[in-house]
Amino acid sequence: MNAVITVLGKDNVGILAAVSGECAKVGVNIVEVTQSVLQGMFAMIMFVDISNSTIPFSELVDMLTEKGEEKGVKIHVMHEDIFNAMHKI
Amino acid sequence: MINSHDILETINMIDNENLDVRTITMGISLLDCIDEDIDRACGKIYDKICRYAKDLVRTGESISKDYGIPIIHKRIAVTPIAMLAAACPTKNPVKFAETLDKAALQVGVNFVGGYSALVHKGFAPGDYALIESIPEALAMTERVCSSVNIGTTKAGINMDAVAKMGKVIRKSAELTADRECIGAAKLVVFCNAPEDNPFMAGAFHGPGEPDCVINVGVSGPGVVRAAVAKAGECNITEIADIVKKTAFKITRAGMLVAGEASKRLSVPFGIVDLSLAPTPAIGDSVAHILEEMGLEECGAYGTTACLALLNDAVKKGGVMASSHVGGLSGAFIPVTEDAGMIDAARSKTLTLTKLEAMTAVCSVGLDMIAIPGNTPSDVISGIIADEAAIGMVNSKTTAVRLIPAIGKKAGEELNFGGLLGGGPIMDVNMKSPSKFISRGGRIPAPMQSLKN
Repeated sequence: MNAVITVLGKDNVGILAAVSGECAKVGVNIVEVTQSVLQGMFAMIMFVDISNSTIPFSELVDMLTEKGEEKGVKIHVMHEDIFNAMHKI
Repeated sequence: MINSHDILETINMIDNENLDVRTITMGISLLDCIDEDIDRACGKIYDKICRYAKDLVRTGESISKDYGIPIIHKRIAVTPIAMLAAACPTKNPVKFAETLDKAALQVGVNFVGGYSALVHKGFAPGDYALIESIPEALAMTERVCSSVNIGTTKAGINMDAVAKMGKVIRKSAELTADRECIGAAKLVVFCNAPEDNPFMAGAFHGPGEPDCVINVGVSGPGVVRAAVAKAGECNITEIADIVKKTAFKITRAGMLVAGEASKRLSVPFGIVDLSLAPTPAIGDSVAHILEEMGLEECGAYGTTACLALLNDAVKKGGVMASSHVGGLSGAFIPVTEDAGMIDAARSKTLTLTKLEAMTAVCSVGLDMIAIPGNTPSDVISGIIADEAAIGMVNSKTTAVRLIPAIGKKAGEELNFGGLLGGGPIMDVNMKSPSKFISRGGRIPAPMQSLKN
């Protein structure tokens, strides 16, 4: 099962490390990362495989949302199906 | 692979444009709870609702978390209670309302719809007693919503019921005068009521429905407004296309949630209701979509045309996104629940007469409109009759949810708070239709051919 982690906010040191560190801790495997910094705004989209995650999905959402608040960025963790449903026929 | 533009678009819709799934509504049949002993019937109702809906709220919340999309309401619709009241006609049906309220509290839903009667062709046993008891039931309970269907395209309009409902609406407001007349805000009078509508206050579980079903109502006026705004200079054909595409995306999110809820609760999926349901929040207004299309203010000439386009495009976009569509489906125009409508009503650009015209092309009718407290019940009945006639002749659902603001007059305001919002009390033409209303009888069903 795949999920999409998006990180949006003001660029600062260690965002990628913080998010990937949290993922590694709970067995969430990063499949692909795209990242850009536009006019100081950081936007990262991370595709992750959560089939071997050691915690329930809702806990992962809470954990990363909290991490985002700590880092001053907005982190969304969403099941990939929502994007497939809305953008693919 | 999903492209990043699509991902960011979805996130922006949720974060900044108020995209949400408005409601997951579980329809529960209470036909097997009918009993001539009202206490036994109420016991069965309570047990059945608590058993079927025990996981509804928790499941809704967990789906919301998994997909990152807010699901605002989890609600229940039940078989019209008049059908249960028919078996115990001498007892006061308010007991049913109290039971529904208690069951709703127990399972954690904020509204339960179905304190209803279908009387478009006449009153069956139970119907009259239930209608009589509506004001008391709505005053005594917090979560119970009521609706009465007084007309259909196939049956015509029951004018005895129209006359009665004018009085019932007034009384509902009077009994809750100390609470901003909230009773009347929980009562809808319908023509052509759909049996699978997930939206309150008019939701009920029709007699043709299965034992239990999941219906989902989508929303997203803010998303549509933003999409129209982004389009900039373009002609109206392009606007219609943009609305269709946006409605498709919104509805797909609703369909995903509906499918998931159905699977997790092991309850069949019924329909997705493709509606644009506004809230008083900034950026969640249907009026603002119409203004984005090029009107100075909602209510200006051109409003009905823009609304017709919007209503139709929402359906066209949504229909392909869901395997089953139903309910009210279209754009709602509840005045007190829509920031743009509230402003337009305050500035008197939006009047009751303009709203009546708009109801001919929108998905419901005169919805959440505060009227002066001294409006006689016959005038309210006249408004109901006009609105029902529009629905009957045009083969569409129309509804009336008026709130007589007891002790207040036009220009003052009512404030319900929350999603019901608040707004100015609108001017009403007080010329009397009393003689017409007191005649009673039925308006015959209209011709279905020779359409002009």
